[in-house]
Amino acid sequence: MKKLLTVSLLGLAMAAGSAQARDYDHVRFGVDVPYEPMEYRTPEGELTGFDIELGNALCEEIGVTCEWIEQEWDGIIPGLLSRKYDAIMSSMTINDERRATVLFSDPYITPPSAWFAPEDTEIDEPSTEALDGMTIGVQRGTLQDNYVTDHYGDVADISRYSTADDMVLDMEAERLDIVFLDFPVGKSTLLDSDEREYKVVGEMITEPKEYFGDGFGIAFRPRDEALAERFNEALATLKEDGTYDEIYKRYFEE
Amino acid sequence: MEQLNQWLAGLLEGNVIFTPQTLAYYWDGLVTTTQLVFLSLLIGLILAVPLAILRGSKHRWIKLPVYFYTYVFRGTPLLVQLYIIYYGVVFVDGIQESFLWPLLREAFYPALIAFTLNTAAYTTEIFHGAIKATSRGEIEAARAYGMSQALTMRRIILPSAFRRALPAYGNEVIFMLHASAIASVVTLMDITGAARFVYARYYAPFEAFIFAAAIYLCLTFAILYLFRYLEKRLLAHLKPLSGN
Repeated sequence: MKKLLTVSLLGLAMAAGSAQARDYDHVRFGVDVPYEPMEYRTPEGELTGFDIELGNALCEEIGVTCEWIEQEWDGIIPGLLSRKYDAIMSSMTINDERRATVLFSDPYITPPSAWFAPEDTEIDEPSTEALDGMTIGVQRGTLQDNYVTDHYGDVADISRYSTADDMVLDMEAERLDIVFLDFPVGKSTLLDSDEREYKVVGEMITEPKEYFGDGFGIAFRPRDEALAERFNEALATLKEDGTYDEIYKRYFEE
Repeated sequence: MEQLNQWLAGLLEGNVIFTPQTLAYYWDGLVTTTQLVFLSLLIGLILAVPLAILRGSKHRWIKLPVYFYTYVFRGTPLLVQLYIIYYGVVFVDGIQESFLWPLLREAFYPALIAFTLNTAAYTTEIFHGAIKATSRGEIEAARAYGMSQALTMRRIILPSAFRRALPAYGNEVIFMLHASAIASVVTLMDITGAARFVYARYYAPFEAFIFAAAIYLCLTFAILYLFRYLEKRLLAHLKPLSGN
């Protein structure tokens, strides 16, 4: 009797176990559109962006088919938990608050920040000496603000703006010598500007972590550890074989 | 100074938000606000006296432009004026090459211009009202003594008008102090700018803004006290003789 109970319990546990560790051959991604250049629609209506292309490449690597389901940002985690889709790949920053409800993959990108200055600037490389006495523009309360304040607050004048637009206006007005911005924002507002010629000064900046965070990750339901592991492995492969760099270059370099 | 810093560091030990560094931001903010408000009030006052006299002129072509100026600056929000002067000025052709640019490039001077023009408009109207309220008897008496119009203005009308305008002008000074809080939208680090910075940095709205409010309160008290003292001195002749 006792044996029978054990066996049947074991069987029940196995059945439950197999129901949990579902093997996916089709993965549905939740995504909040638009957020250029991470996810947006082309004028023809086609869904594209860094997240979309990388997500598709990852699925191909794993050998599953994928589907993209649009979802507004404020309901994106509830949608995952209620099985509307199986994962979120939508520029989601990894943080502890979200870690409590979802399982994150390894970070697949840390959006870089960059220094932008007019084409004819005298600054070659941002450093304490080069920025001495310069006026630096940042958006108030952003991670860029914290970084600049701590590193160059003693030598340079820092102008803090409520919006990136105000800052760009003052850059065009020649009130600022250099600005420190999210690279994608700077690219679409300054590098693509018709008013003046701008360029990126120095390297893209993603370190240190205490300022620039853990980057963006793919979010899964906590029980789908196996699936997350497969995506992590695929991500590592794509980074090795150059596919990742190719996609990255298409969106984040001129 | 060294001792002061040590004492301050000891006092702030264990306080995450009010570090010596944030207090330095507030101090810089206090200096900026005081400079901005004091200078704009001073220049505004100097501009307002002749404007108030012109405003009361009998000639339409003198009176109307001044009226138009005060009407425009009292009829539009100071924030809009500040935006127009700060962001609008760069669209003037060739401004970047002109000798004015080193001044206009800074956020301080456009803000100073906006605040000065604004307070001058209000002060003009306050003085104009006070001049108009001069009793006819005083003017007639001055005439009877053979004073010219200019001398009457200088000796009789203006001194009594200043006294009458004092309480209203005290209010204008306090309003100006409070209005200066918008300077932070054009990147000036005034008291409010410092508070916004601390708020954004530490996600602590209450601490950041209540501290700023406390500084404004202290400044307002100082201004109130100054004007009460001035009123006591200058309006002593209007006090009832009996009692105190």
